[in-house]
Formats: sequence, structure tokens, C-alpha cells
Amino acid sequence: MTDSSWTGSCPLGVTSQNKIITLAHGEGGLLSRQLIGDVILPGLGEAALRSQDDAAVIDLPRNRLHFSTDSYVVTPMFFPGGDIGSLAINGTVNDLLVSGANPQWMTLSFIIEEGLPFEILTEILASVSRTAQQAGVKIATGDTKVVPRGAADGLYINTTGVGVPFDSPQPDPHNLHSCDQLIVTGPIGQHGIAILSAREELAFDPPPQSDCQSLQDPVHKLIQAGVTIRAMRDATRGGLAAILHEWAASSAKTLTIDEKNIPIARQTRSVCELLGLDPLFSACEGTMLVAVPKEEAEKTIQVLRESDISKEATIIGEVHPAKSAPVTIRRLLGIEQPIDEPLGSQFPRIC
Amino acid sequence: MKYLSDYRDPQHARHLLDRIRKQCTRRWTIMEVCGGQTHALLRSGIDEALSDCVELIHGPGCPVCVTPACVIQNAIQLSMRPQTLVTTFGDMLRVPGNRGSLLDSQAERGNIKAVYSPMDAVRLAQRHPEQEVIFLAVGFETTAPATALAVLQAAQLKLDNFSILCSHVCVLPAMKLLASSKQNRVQGFLAAGHVCTLTGFDEYAGFVEQFQMPVAVTGFEPTDLLVGILEVITQLEQEQAALVNCYPRAVKRKGNHSARQICGQVFDVTDRQWRGMPIIPGGGLCLKPEWSSYDAELKFPLSDNIQQEIQTVCRSGEVLTGMIKPSECPAFGLQCTPQTPLGAPMVSSEGACAAYYRYRNNIFTKQNKPV
Amino acid sequence: MCLGVPGKVVRWIDRTPLFSKAEIEFEGVRKVCHMACVEEAEIGDYVIVHAGMAICRIDAQAASQQLDTLQQLLDSTEGDIN
Repeated sequence: MTDSSWTGSCPLGVTSQNKIITLAHGEGGLLSRQLIGDVILPGLGEAALRSQDDAAVIDLPRNRLHFSTDSYVVTPMFFPGGDIGSLAINGTVNDLLVSGANPQWMTLSFIIEEGLPFEILTEILASVSRTAQQAGVKIATGDTKVVPRGAADGLYINTTGVGVPFDSPQPDPHNLHSCDQLIVTGPIGQHGIAILSAREELAFDPPPQSDCQSLQDPVHKLIQAGVTIRAMRDATRGGLAAILHEWAASSAKTLTIDEKNIPIARQTRSVCELLGLDPLFSACEGTMLVAVPKEEAEKTIQVLRESDISKEATIIGEVHPAKSAPVTIRRLLGIEQPIDEPLGSQFPRIC
Repeated sequence: MKYLSDYRDPQHARHLLDRIRKQCTRRWTIMEVCGGQTHALLRSGIDEALSDCVELIHGPGCPVCVTPACVIQNAIQLSMRPQTLVTTFGDMLRVPGNRGSLLDSQAERGNIKAVYSPMDAVRLAQRHPEQEVIFLAVGFETTAPATALAVLQAAQLKLDNFSILCSHVCVLPAMKLLASSKQNRVQGFLAAGHVCTLTGFDEYAGFVEQFQMPVAVTGFEPTDLLVGILEVITQLEQEQAALVNCYPRAVKRKGNHSARQICGQVFDVTDRQWRGMPIIPGGGLCLKPEWSSYDAELKFPLSDNIQQEIQTVCRSGEVLTGMIKPSECPAFGLQCTPQTPLGAPMVSSEGACAAYYRYRNNIFTKQNKPV
Repeated sequence: MCLGVPGKVVRWIDRTPLFSKAEIEFEGVRKVCHMACVEEAEIGDYVIVHAGMAICRIDAQAASQQLDTLQQLLDSTEGDIN
């Protein structure tokens, strides 16, 4: 990267040749235009719809759309298995997919703390671009704001996605029936463990990897196979436990899982033992819970296992008529116990 | 994991449960001293599986639960000082002091960070010479050597921006206090395995002698716990009172010599107030006078050094001493829940009240015998 | 209290007194832990780690003896039933 900021006559430097982003980059005018035209749009490459207008114009294929938004503030911005850019795309893409829609367009808004090196922004843009193209979504419009040092932590991203619904009944946890089977598409808890380990510099070797990935392939396979999907959710914040509680509340049923059947990677298990964490409460970013009628469970597992992303799909539990606890787990000794609803994030424990 | 999964074998566990039940001619009352044991007993369902023949009283062995509210309040005050970072174990962050928790204070302007190890706090002090790094040191004899090592490392590194707020506690004096209480119902003890890993168990011989109660040094996995319970029950049935080491893979009679030496270099035994309990003679550790420059309380005299505990409807003291079950407290599950804890045992995930709330609040009796 | 996790010593990193460290293998992940309390540990030994510090060596013989006893207990009872 060049050091010269003396291309103009003003010694303060009005070009975007500096190594870091300043407040001036967010105040409209030449620097803002350069930031968007020279850094952001080229950074997004093929993933962007080419337009610098205030609004994107899209042609609707149908008269019903799915619409989802999320903000990404993860620390650190780069973590094993992903970064804030890939997370911002996959997170919103997955929200649309599990709602029963094919993601098509997205908005991309940055809130940048002044002083962020261009190098980092460029790297994140490349990741956004790569991830968006893999997921088959176009970045339709976006925004960039720069805030004073200390007002944000490096960089935040908001994405809003629009998806076109699949030709099949919409998954809805209100529809859960007794005896429906609960299927998880892969090992749980990896994203939460990866972020905690990276943020707290716990120096595990190899560093725990986030499962940050798009669920497009397994969801499309399920839709194509015509499986009756009663409910489908990616197990993000609060982990598997949070979704089970949400579903139990919407369906007024009790959801019971079997401890021995829950897929947990060896590494996740070890890190959880060391830090005193419960993998059931740890976030995933590319692993989902699917509920299907009992008679379709085996077929669902077969379909899911055809996708690399869900090759470890497993039946972990089932839906029951409401009991005194909304979510329960059958422990190794066969005893059934309630699972709590997550209460904020987990911290490493000594006891 | 080797040495973990071996001791979680459901077949072994069921067999031991069976043996314990057959052995019992009456219902016995045993206290598991350590919170880690409480957690494992409730999580695995052993507690419930044995409820007809063994009453397990959850002991005071949760350092987070017994740390007085005033210590937390003092840590909060220190975290508000300019250029100061208060570090501690993640368990401590949600524990309520007199006015809110460390996590609450972080939302105001307190500078707080959870660390995995006291040595991580030393590393932070090394990396940030411009700020004072204070480690709120809690824990039993198991954790004390790590704090002592942190102090020795800081001294070797000549760090003058590292100090500790010392609230380490010792478990045997608390057991003595409980056993000598007139209201004591406990008939046998499962001693805390990892404490004994460091201290050894010689000192417990005097305890067994004095109180004529069986003591089994016990580990933390389901099989370990069941072996400990079986040992105590067998002795009780035979009217014996002996000290038995049921955790021999980790515990030796004399404990860990290096660890004891490291602790001895840094700490003196002192009387210590435990939360919800009276001052326990010899119940705590403090820095030796020669290490006073690492004592945060001396280094930064608090304008408002709180020594008084505030009374509430919460009866956590009686829960911690096994006088009552969590569900017998009038606040349990009403004013006091994991979201709105009044007492520390509701905060720490292994505190007796939280464990009770989690595993026993919704009762699946009868249908729930192990298969 | 006192979370303690067993792991295998795979590599000594530092032998400096007070600062001695070794790499400990837990299934699927390694972490550098403080070894001041178990400086006699050898590669291949198992130790129990608490708060980033090894607090003891695991006595492999005592461990296998205990497991054998448990297994014998189980076998003898099964014999009774049959």
C-alpha cells in the first residue's frame, strides 16, 4: 500500500490514499464517493448490482416475498472459520432459507470506526463478495457511515435480505405435532466456542473453527425431495437450547432430546469441558434444527446426508404433548430433566 | 475423553445405583461438600435416582457462592478507578453484591474482564503497563496455587501494576463448623476430590476421629460419585466411621507437595467471613505480609470499604450449610430465580439453588426412575 | 467448584521455574498449561488441569485398578443374576 497522501495541494490529504478510514470518508463528497467507487464496489465485484443510486430497482417474480434483517457486531472481526463479512451474508441468507424462501437480494450497510485500516475493509469486502456469490445473492444497495473513534468497535455490518418463497408449505413451529422428530443437521455449538476462544485469546491448538456457512444446499435438497418440513431454524445465539424453547412456546408442546444422540465434535466437547460451558447453549452459524413427521424422518436424514454441510444429520429428539417443562433432555442414565432457557452469554468457569 | 468417559459409563452407574439401593436399610443423609459434585449429581440424575434411600445435602463448596457480597462490592468499586482493570473467573460476573453484579457495573463504567487463569491476568498486566490489573481471587485450595503462582510470577517479572483482591477459602474448617453445629443432620461426607488433590487428606483423619462420621474423598464423574456414596453408605450401615480415598487416581495422602509449597510461600491462613455464614476460624487465605504490595485492598484503600453484609429474605446461608433445602426458602422460585437472584447459590450454575431450580423445579417424579 | 480436566502431556515448552509450561492434549485440542505444580511430569503422563494450571499427575495404575474393580463388581453381579 502506498504511503503518499500528497497527490493534491492540501496537506491534510483529500484522497483515499491513506491507509486508514477517517471521519471524512463518511461525510459525503469526494472521499465518500471514492470509498464507495474505488473500494467498496470493486471489493464486492460480481456480487453487487451495479448502481450508485439511492435506491435499487428489482423486478418481482411473485407477489409474496420474505424479508429479514440482522446486524453483525462480532468481536473479533476475523475468527477461525469466518469473519464478520461472511457471517453477515450467511446469517441473513440462512434466516431467509429457514423461513422457507430462496434468498435473492441483500442490502449491505457498514458502520465503521474511524481509524480502520483500508486493508481490513478490503479483506472483509472480498469475503462478503465471495460468500454472496456462493449463496447466489446480489448486493442490491448499501450504505457506509464512519463514526468517531471509540463510538464503535472497528466495524459493524447490517444486512437485510429479500427472498422468494419456495413452492411448498411454509415451515412454522406452530405446526409441530406430537411424535414429530427433531433433526439437527450437524455438530452443535461450534461458532460460539470459536468466537469465545478467539476473543479471549484462549490459544487452543488447533483453534476451534466456526461452522459459519450457508444452509442453501441442505435446504434446497429438502425442498426438492418434497419433505414435509414442520419447522426449520438455524441454531444461532443461545444455541440449540434457545430454539427448542422458542418452538416449545409457539407450539405449546414439550420437546425432548436425547443426550446420547446430540452430535458434538470432539474438539467442541473438550473445549466445553475445559471452560465449563454447555454446548447446548453455544451458538451455531451453519447448523439447523428441522422438525418433520415421524414417518418422514428416515427419508429426511437420507436427503440431508447427501449434502456435505449436513452429512452428520441426526435425529436428536421428538415432540410430545405439553408436560410440566417445555424442553427436556434424557440424560445418559435415562433420567429426563428440564433444560433451561439460555440467560445471556456463557463465560469460562472454574467451578 | 480418557479418564472422563471411563467414569461416565451408564452400565457401571446403573450397577452402582442398584448396589447402593440394596445396601440401604434406611434413608441416610450425606453431604457432598463441593459444588462441582452437586452439579454432577443433579445433572446425571443420581440425586433423584437415590432419593428414596439417600438424602444428598448440597454443601458449601462453591467458592462463588460463599464469596461475601462486600468483596464483590469492593471489586466493583476498584473497577471504577481510572486506568484499572478488574479480572476474575467468569463464574463471578453474575453474582450479586450489595448493589448489582460485576456484569452490571460493566454496563455502567466498570472495567471488568473474565479470565480463564490468574496467569492470564499477569499477562494482561505485562501487556498493559499503563493500567493496574487486579485479580479478584476466589476459590478453594484447588485454585489457590494458581493465584499464588500468579503473584510469584508478577514479582519475578517486577510488575508493579498487578495486584489481587484475595478471597480464597479453605474447606475443612467449614466442614468442621457444619459438623459441630447442633442442628447438623449430615451423617457422612463426600470430601471434595480436587481440593484433596492439592492438600492431601491427612488432615481429614482428625475430622473423622472427632466427629465419628465416614468421609470418602470423592471425584466428580458419575461413577466416582457413586463409588463415594456406596463407601459412605456401607460404613453407615456397618456403624463404622473411616476415612477412605475413593479418588486415588488424582489424590495422594500428602497431596501435591509443589503446590503446597507455592501456596505456603504466598499465603497465610486467616479467619474469613463466608457469605451467609459466620466468620470461620481458619476459613480463608490472605497474602503474607511480605507480599502486601500485591494486595489490592492495601494498595488502593477503598473510600467506602464495605464490611457489612445486608440481610434479605434470602436464606442462602441455611441452604449453604444444609439446614434447609433450596425449595424451603420462602423466596425460592418466587422473588429469587436465575434471572433475578437474591442469593449467590441461585447465580452460580452449580449453586445449590440454581441447580435445584434447573433440575428439580419441574418434577418428573415416579415415571423417572433410571432404566 | 474446581473444574478439573484430564489431559496428556505432549510437549514441554518451558522449564524455567515458576514459568514452566507444557502443551497438554485434550481430545481434539491442545492447550499450553502452567506446570509449576507438576514439574516432574513426563511426556505421555496425564495431568488434571484447573484454571490453566496442572494440579496433579494422574496415577494410571490406580485408575486402571479402580476400573477393574468396577468391572469385576459388575461381572460378579451378572453372575448372580444368571
